[in-house]
Amino acid sequence: MTTLQDTLPDTGPAAPILSNAALLRLAVVAAGLVVAFGIVPAVATDYWLSSIIIPTVVMGLAGISLNLLQGYAGLVSLGSAAFMSVGVFSAYNLILRVPGLPLPAVLLLSGLIAAAVGVFFGLPALRFRGFYLGASTLGAQFFFPWLFTNYPWFSNDSQSLTISAPRLEFLGYDLQSPVGRYLFVATVTALLIGLAFLVVRSRLGREWMAIRDQETAASVLGIRVARRKLQAYAISSFFLGITGVLWGFAYLGTADAHTYNLDKSFQVLFIVLIGGTATIFGNFLGAAFIVLTPILLDHLVLAANIAYLSDQGAITNLQRVIFGAIIIFILIKEPDGLSAWIRRGAEALRARPKT
Amino acid sequence: MAPDLPPVVESPGAILSSNTMGVTMSILSRTLALATSAVIAAATLTGPATAQDATGQQLYPLFTYRTGPYAPSFIPFGAGNIDYLRYVNEVEGGVNGVKILIQECETAYTIERGIECYERYKGGFNGALTAAIYPHSSGLDVALTDKARLDKIPIVSPGGGQNIATDGRVFPYQFPLIFDYWSEAQIIVDYIAQQAGGYDKLKGVKIATLYHDSGYGRDTIEPLGILAKKYGFEDIQIPVPHPGEQQQAQWQQIRRAGADWVFLRGWGVMTPVAIKTAARVGFPADRIIGDIWSGSEDDARPAGAAAKGYLAVSVFPPGTDYGILKTLKEKIVDAGRSDLKDNSKFGTVYYNYGVIEAITFVEALRTGQKKFGNRPLTAEEGQWALENLNIDQKRIAELGAEGLISPLKTTIDNHKGETIAAKIIQWNGETWDTRTDWIKADAPLFADVIKAKAAAYAAEKGITPRQDASN
Amino acid sequence: MAFFLETLIAGLFAGLMYGLVAIGFVLIYKASGVFNFAQGAMVFLAALVFVTLVERGVHFWVAFAATSALMVLVAIAIEALVLRPLRNRDPLTLFMATLGLSFVIDGATQFFLGTDVHMLDIGIEDIAQDYGGLFISQFDIIASLIVVALVAVLALVFSKTRMGISLRAVADDTLAAQSIGIRLPVIWRIVWSVAGIVALVAGLLWGARQGVQYSLSLVTLKALPVLIIGGFSSIPGAIVGGLIVGASEALADIYLGPLVNGSVSTWFAYILAVAFLLVRPAGLFGDRDIERV
Repeated sequence: MTTLQDTLPDTGPAAPILSNAALLRLAVVAAGLVVAFGIVPAVATDYWLSSIIIPTVVMGLAGISLNLLQGYAGLVSLGSAAFMSVGVFSAYNLILRVPGLPLPAVLLLSGLIAAAVGVFFGLPALRFRGFYLGASTLGAQFFFPWLFTNYPWFSNDSQSLTISAPRLEFLGYDLQSPVGRYLFVATVTALLIGLAFLVVRSRLGREWMAIRDQETAASVLGIRVARRKLQAYAISSFFLGITGVLWGFAYLGTADAHTYNLDKSFQVLFIVLIGGTATIFGNFLGAAFIVLTPILLDHLVLAANIAYLSDQGAITNLQRVIFGAIIIFILIKEPDGLSAWIRRGAEALRARPKT
Repeated sequence: MAPDLPPVVESPGAILSSNTMGVTMSILSRTLALATSAVIAAATLTGPATAQDATGQQLYPLFTYRTGPYAPSFIPFGAGNIDYLRYVNEVEGGVNGVKILIQECETAYTIERGIECYERYKGGFNGALTAAIYPHSSGLDVALTDKARLDKIPIVSPGGGQNIATDGRVFPYQFPLIFDYWSEAQIIVDYIAQQAGGYDKLKGVKIATLYHDSGYGRDTIEPLGILAKKYGFEDIQIPVPHPGEQQQAQWQQIRRAGADWVFLRGWGVMTPVAIKTAARVGFPADRIIGDIWSGSEDDARPAGAAAKGYLAVSVFPPGTDYGILKTLKEKIVDAGRSDLKDNSKFGTVYYNYGVIEAITFVEALRTGQKKFGNRPLTAEEGQWALENLNIDQKRIAELGAEGLISPLKTTIDNHKGETIAAKIIQWNGETWDTRTDWIKADAPLFADVIKAKAAAYAAEKGITPRQDASN
Repeated sequence: MAFFLETLIAGLFAGLMYGLVAIGFVLIYKASGVFNFAQGAMVFLAALVFVTLVERGVHFWVAFAATSALMVLVAIAIEALVLRPLRNRDPLTLFMATLGLSFVIDGATQFFLGTDVHMLDIGIEDIAQDYGGLFISQFDIIASLIVVALVAVLALVFSKTRMGISLRAVADDTLAAQSIGIRLPVIWRIVWSVAGIVALVAGLLWGARQGVQYSLSLVTLKALPVLIIGGFSSIPGAIVGGLIVGASEALADIYLGPLVNGSVSTWFAYILAVAFLLVRPAGLFGDRDIERV
């Protein structure tokens, strides 16, 4: 883990307040907002919004959540989906049992509950580090589905033990339509990305990286390692809790204990590794990869029409092989994840005017 | 990008070929497919596929799960579906002349990919209309409830729908056709009473339910509690954690409790392990009655000799001795038009399940066409058709499906079908034998409880139940 | 009391099977320092290839030999295509690679051999007999003997042969081992091959019980707590860890389950493992210090 670099845009020696780089960054942020809130909802079809864009954005957010923990603080979690499920079940029960609570408050409280749970399962981080930490978070991954299955109170005694999304509305706006759900997701995501940047650039974020790179040195420098680690679990789980609400309510429209299973946790891990550790926007590349690859492979098979050579079942298994192989390939060829592509692209762009 | 991938899958072919011809051939053809797919995949990345206009056809989006742990049950199930629809298309010339267009979409039994498939095909495909969607997953059925209500698309889940959605006033677009687990519990108790010599003999009988610890498995706790109170049998509930590959402790518990019967509500690998473990603790197989998802060939066969005598509830009776199955054999399977790669799966539980499901779809189309004309139906028309299905004994005889399906009549108040029935089948070591005729569930018994649950759902979601069938 | 004993014994037998699967993980962990998530897929691959051959009339031992040979080829391929390009990368990357590998292996297995459920009869009667009031199956006894024999052979091989000593050197200090001329790729190939053959044995014993099907690959999930309890680098530890997990799960399901509304064995082992980590971080038999704070 110690070889990882912080891949944020350089925050190096204090530049003039409105240097070219800062201006460029402002322009990028503004353009991003215009695309996210102006162009995408205007152009994208319902199909694209409902089944590609929304899941990609939400999974990207999940990647950011885990990246805060893993990429920046160097801690391990194999139970991301469990914290997402805590978020969604909290939100469901808050809406059900505390009538009149506005949506932002529901999100905030669900995130806080997930954060508390995250701190609890992060406690072993005070005793040991490395892959072993996976055990307690993996325990969470098996514990919460059990809890939500065996205590039907959490799903309001629903017969299928499934909770369905409440009506999403904010200040009287109905957010049920695909565009409404997208705007809801995009707004929350934009705010959380902003928060994530604040966190990683604050003293907290710098100390996380110090702990990640050289824990002993960090503690010698007076960094309170234990507290910082628990804060990492808290903040990461806070993000995951809110992500879980978005996944259940804004994307699927429903949730049960098994929606957030081990596969989902692994997907979040894949996103971080494929997108790149210690990045923010790379996570969306990773998420796009996870969401789009199976769909693309599916379309490819339809288009190539190779079904006559072999049966359909064999072909879908072939897709699994290809997916696994692509993951290994990326791990081998792009240790820094796909975000390295962006960085290289940006560097190429920057290099051109100079020549 | 595919050709750059490490060729990790090459080795099995080399080692196997020295052993047998049959395997070699299939592996050769698959290796060929692998290579071809890589080439074609690379080629097709550059240009979009040409879309063929399908106007005038009826779309049947076939949600598949040919990968993952449940793939073994899907393959014959999908084949039964496809074979029947092919028969309707190719031999009968379509449904009153309307051809059915099958489009597969792989969900891998996950909700996310299921939703993508739903979004992809809810609006039709190249001009072919969507009249109904069969999600082939109880979880997906639930997940699509709100979306389908908004989009006005009927969601049909024969044998695996939500029981509360029986109430079509609260759930206009859900069709949990044919069966539910509450009726199943009641049919089991009915069968045990028959064996004991009457309901009055149930007093003191111990019925243990060994259930998969999930929403599905826990669903029978409540009805069995009601039935136990009514008839005075002893109701023992024992959970098995997923996936259920270790059950020694549970079976010892059953033996210690002195259970007379075991109702096995298994799922996947849990069922064969249960049957084997029962044999190990000396519990007789002919006192175990499996759930409909514990009653396929793939549930009994892996248990080997231990499964001989094992009973199961069947809503999709296996066998090839039905008129329609004989027709399919002649016109589709023997003509080399079947989707089955392994013809020994013809007439298995899951194959017949697929045929039955396809029949419900085609009969719904016929019902709708009677009202709206002989053309592809829209989803709105499909909803009406599914709500006015009436496959009576006469129609069943015309279909050549006597013994395969029991009468199915839906109304606005009953989206499941007014008469629920199942057979009990028994494993003879090789195949299933049919033990009983249709055992009818006592439909009114739980009707009020289910209605009340639907009303509570409506209140929670702020839904006003429909007053009449015109939405 | 008899019931308690029966439950305990059932749990111990189940635990022995967990231990058998866990041995494969230990071997690979010693050589490559990774928790090999694909081990479950290897169990599935081995069992399915074996059962396919037997169903086509191939003799038991011929099929066993052919499958073992295949597992060796798979090991060589994994070494060349995955491990070598990823050497010196952090453990999490390696772990993710084995996750990808598990997709490749189980996808390819089903691509070539189909998804049918197969019955596997390895010729051992699985009916319980009464031993002084306790019902124990012959299958369990023979399976236990096989596991014990396998552990003995592996222990012998790894303590007496040159290869075994090299492996220990690699496990203790990879760099030092390389500097004295131990060739890592060779060790990797051999160890992954042995792990493949262990996977075959595990696949046969598990498959005989539950049928050969995809869910065999799920055994991986039980392995992590077993390894934490037993220690990642000890073969006897894997067995003891397996016994502890198996027995405590069975007892917890029967005695704790009813108190909390259902079975608890999906997560109980993990709680146990975390408790062990807090008390004895290297596991019962682990010889490599885990990174403590």
